[in-house]
Amino acid sequence: MVQISVMVDGVRHEDDVEPRLLLVHYLRDRLGKTGTPIGCDTSNCGTCTVLLDGSSVKSCTVLAAQADGAAITTIQGLSTDGQWHPVQQAFHECHALQCGYCTPGMILASVDLLSRNPDPSDEQIREGLEGNLCRCTGYHNIVEAVRTAGTAMRARSDGGSATTGVPEGVSA
Amino acid sequence: MTEVADRPAAAVGQPMLRKEDARLLTGQTTWTDNIQLPGMLYCAILRSPLAHARITRIDVSAAKERPGVVAAFSGADLADSWSTLPTAWTVSADMKSPPHLPLATDKARHAGDGVALVVATDRYAAADALDAIEVDYDPLLAVVDMTAAQQDSSTLVHDDVPNNRCFTYREDWGDHEATKQGDVLTISRRFINQRLIPNAMEPRSVVATATPATGEVTVWSATQVPHFVRVFLSLNTGWPEQKIRIIAPDVGGGFGSKLDVYAEDVIIPVLAHKLGRPVKWTESRSEGYLATIHGRDLIQDVEMTVTRDGVVRGLKVDLTVNMGAYLQLLTPSIPLLGRYMYPGIYKFVAHTLTCQGIFTNKTPTDAYRGAGRPEATFVIERIMDEAAAELGMDPIEFRRRNWITKSEFPYTTIAGLEYDSGDYEAATERALALLEYDKLRTEQAERRQRGDTVQIGIGTSTYTEMCGLAPSRWLGETGYVAGGWEAAAIRVLPTGRAEVVVGTSPHGQSHATTFAQLASDELGIPFDDIDVIYGDTQAAPIGLDTYGSRSLAVCGVAIQKAAQRVVEKARQLAAHLLEADPGDVEFDAGAFRVRGAPESQKSIQELAFAAFSAHSMPEGVEPILSADAVHDPDVFSIPHGTHLCAAEVDTETGAVRLRSYVAVDDVGVVVNPDIVDGQVHGGVAQGVAQALYEEAVYDDDGNLVSGTMVDYLVPAAPDLPPWTLDRTITPSTTNSLGVKGVGETGTIASTPAVVNAVIDAVRHLGVTDIRMPCSPERVWRAIKDARGATPGGAA
Repeated sequence: MVQISVMVDGVRHEDDVEPRLLLVHYLRDRLGKTGTPIGCDTSNCGTCTVLLDGSSVKSCTVLAAQADGAAITTIQGLSTDGQWHPVQQAFHECHALQCGYCTPGMILASVDLLSRNPDPSDEQIREGLEGNLCRCTGYHNIVEAVRTAGTAMRARSDGGSATTGVPEGVSA
Repeated sequence: MTEVADRPAAAVGQPMLRKEDARLLTGQTTWTDNIQLPGMLYCAILRSPLAHARITRIDVSAAKERPGVVAAFSGADLADSWSTLPTAWTVSADMKSPPHLPLATDKARHAGDGVALVVATDRYAAADALDAIEVDYDPLLAVVDMTAAQQDSSTLVHDDVPNNRCFTYREDWGDHEATKQGDVLTISRRFINQRLIPNAMEPRSVVATATPATGEVTVWSATQVPHFVRVFLSLNTGWPEQKIRIIAPDVGGGFGSKLDVYAEDVIIPVLAHKLGRPVKWTESRSEGYLATIHGRDLIQDVEMTVTRDGVVRGLKVDLTVNMGAYLQLLTPSIPLLGRYMYPGIYKFVAHTLTCQGIFTNKTPTDAYRGAGRPEATFVIERIMDEAAAELGMDPIEFRRRNWITKSEFPYTTIAGLEYDSGDYEAATERALALLEYDKLRTEQAERRQRGDTVQIGIGTSTYTEMCGLAPSRWLGETGYVAGGWEAAAIRVLPTGRAEVVVGTSPHGQSHATTFAQLASDELGIPFDDIDVIYGDTQAAPIGLDTYGSRSLAVCGVAIQKAAQRVVEKARQLAAHLLEADPGDVEFDAGAFRVRGAPESQKSIQELAFAAFSAHSMPEGVEPILSADAVHDPDVFSIPHGTHLCAAEVDTETGAVRLRSYVAVDDVGVVVNPDIVDGQVHGGVAQGVAQALYEEAVYDDDGNLVSGTMVDYLVPAAPDLPPWTLDRTITPSTTNSLGVKGVGETGTIASTPAVVNAVIDAVRHLGVTDIRMPCSPERVWRAIKDARGATPGGAA
């Protein structure tokens, strides 16, 4: 057993884990963070993507032990003060999800992409999301959502008023 | 259809944002694998590494000694707990449906056939303990090739199925041979519609819990068909159906692969029942590649006759279809779901279709998005391009000359199917304009003339399809055990909000939003005040589930009927309370008003409370403002459209790049344009994937070589272009909503459009066909081979 201390969505967890335990299983089975799903066993699909110290990682390729000391953000920790993240809002407005299974990973990969390149071209968005597979949308609306979110985030950082509010009647 | 067109547009037709999104965007979902129950155990299944082998001994005793292991069983240990898995369609009198037990006992018949299992306290312990199970296999020759499988000398997958032949089928409409007489061109091709792996993003998962004292069993399954699972689990185990509750919670995609009753849908409840503890099983992706159905996999021999001036005459199609090792729920029926679609939108005078199903030592095939209709559309749209090329005609002009014109609807095709409506001219004109067809043809000519290493081609697919499964009478006539109706119930609650309970459950299709839009307009209750309930046989007990683009065309009509019954009941109550004759009470946008006295009115919300309190009900009217309805369609839904693809082919590398893709679809009345567009986007992507990227490859020993996501190319965002969409709207005349199915149209239409484009780009080099997927290697080889065949041929 390995002792780890990780911050997950702002909450500190101290645990003893098997050295081989995958981060995604730690999140799902130990912490109940089931917002992060698993889509493959070969690190192809990106469904389990989370942010580890701000960078997107596939949590099936990280051991829980390797995450010791790290801060992890899952889809369940992306909203702040009941406000959806602009990427979540844009995915909603652009119909960028259907079954929604790839969505947590796709959103977190997009957050990482936009943090590194706030104004990506459509081609850069497609290349940037290459590690995340979606079987429902054909990616068209995902690209549009990331572009839309980028615009909203740039407007916000310029002091503009981006529409990032949670729709009425929806609890984030 | 003026009734539809004239209805004041409140919610229907608007791009309402989805009700489903809030929990999916924030991780507050209930995927089956998320479910944790007290004392829950994990099941891992040992699968045969061999495609074909006699099982001579299984010893699970060492596995039972492993840490955390609670139980371990072989197939023989559990053989008394269950019976053969169901096949719901008997497609011919000669069809053989061999036993298919949840765990094999005599032979393993495909790589991945389950033979034993372990139940342990966590998923790691269960997976570890599989290594301790000892199985002695006596290897047999694997049957992998469908042609060899039919030889008398072939090994048999099932000892009592000679020549591995599952079924034969033939239907003749008119005399195809007679169309060869006279000065006609006969064009023959063999197309290979390759085996695909559906790849819903959520792997399958089953959780079950039992109450031994009462015999009650609750099962959560990542399934498209909770109602089917309930009936068949009861039949399989002998458990009383009323004791079984099936829940399909959030389901992460299906595409047909979850339209099944799988071994694990039986195994996991049986274990929960036997052990008295909850049990979970979730497949890994690689396990799913072996244990979840595959799609397509057929050889299509086609012969078409056409007059020299370009009029189609006869079409003969011979299908040889790979069943895999067993018949799953709908396996033999899949190629025949396309049985009427081979003539497409064209006016053939004769048509013959033959089909034979062959057993092999491969994973069973079954429904994959489009199920039979993409296969049919591929044949007709590919052969139309080949015929046009042989005649020296533009492929669009050739189609125009042969398709059913707008004034000819309703039209009964040579295959006996009536197409109620359509406008192929309008859809095609729009698509040509969006693609800038003439400009591209000019560029194509220029590139050819200058011998550019990058050539471009334009591919056409003027498809139609039959969906909205299905008229119950037709299903019965063709050998299906169940019907094709669908059920809805509407309850207007005391607070004026409404619940719509439906028998079809989604796995991405947006039922909660679309159905609320429909009900909102019918009831005059705001969209935000309506929720849709589905996917739980206790909450939505009556239904036939989601597949075949049926939810809107079939269940949507049931919702409309139920809503109209609610309105009629409310009208009775309003008349009673307003002291008017019901015939004088008018309903509009949620308000009941007495004709000529508009101030005298009751809202539907007030009437819901009045019906709940029931203090003063009219004679013969029962309390509660609710109603239910079942809709059984008379006919199929027939959407159509024109898809055009422009592809660039690098003649030196064989690489294909899609420059543009235009889809103009006619799906009748559109309830939510964003959701409809989304269905087309994803459908087209899957069809393009078949054309360019995907194939399940087996070696000669029956090993699945493309056995992980590393080896099977599910396209990512850079692999696909943006899609250009538009639509024409020709309301269906066969349902009261005027709607047509859309869930499969993209997949049905797009595959031949892309392959036609690739071939059009290199046809001048002598290429007339390329096997799918049109990988760079295959395209390069096709060019190389053609150049070898035509000396001096150059790009």
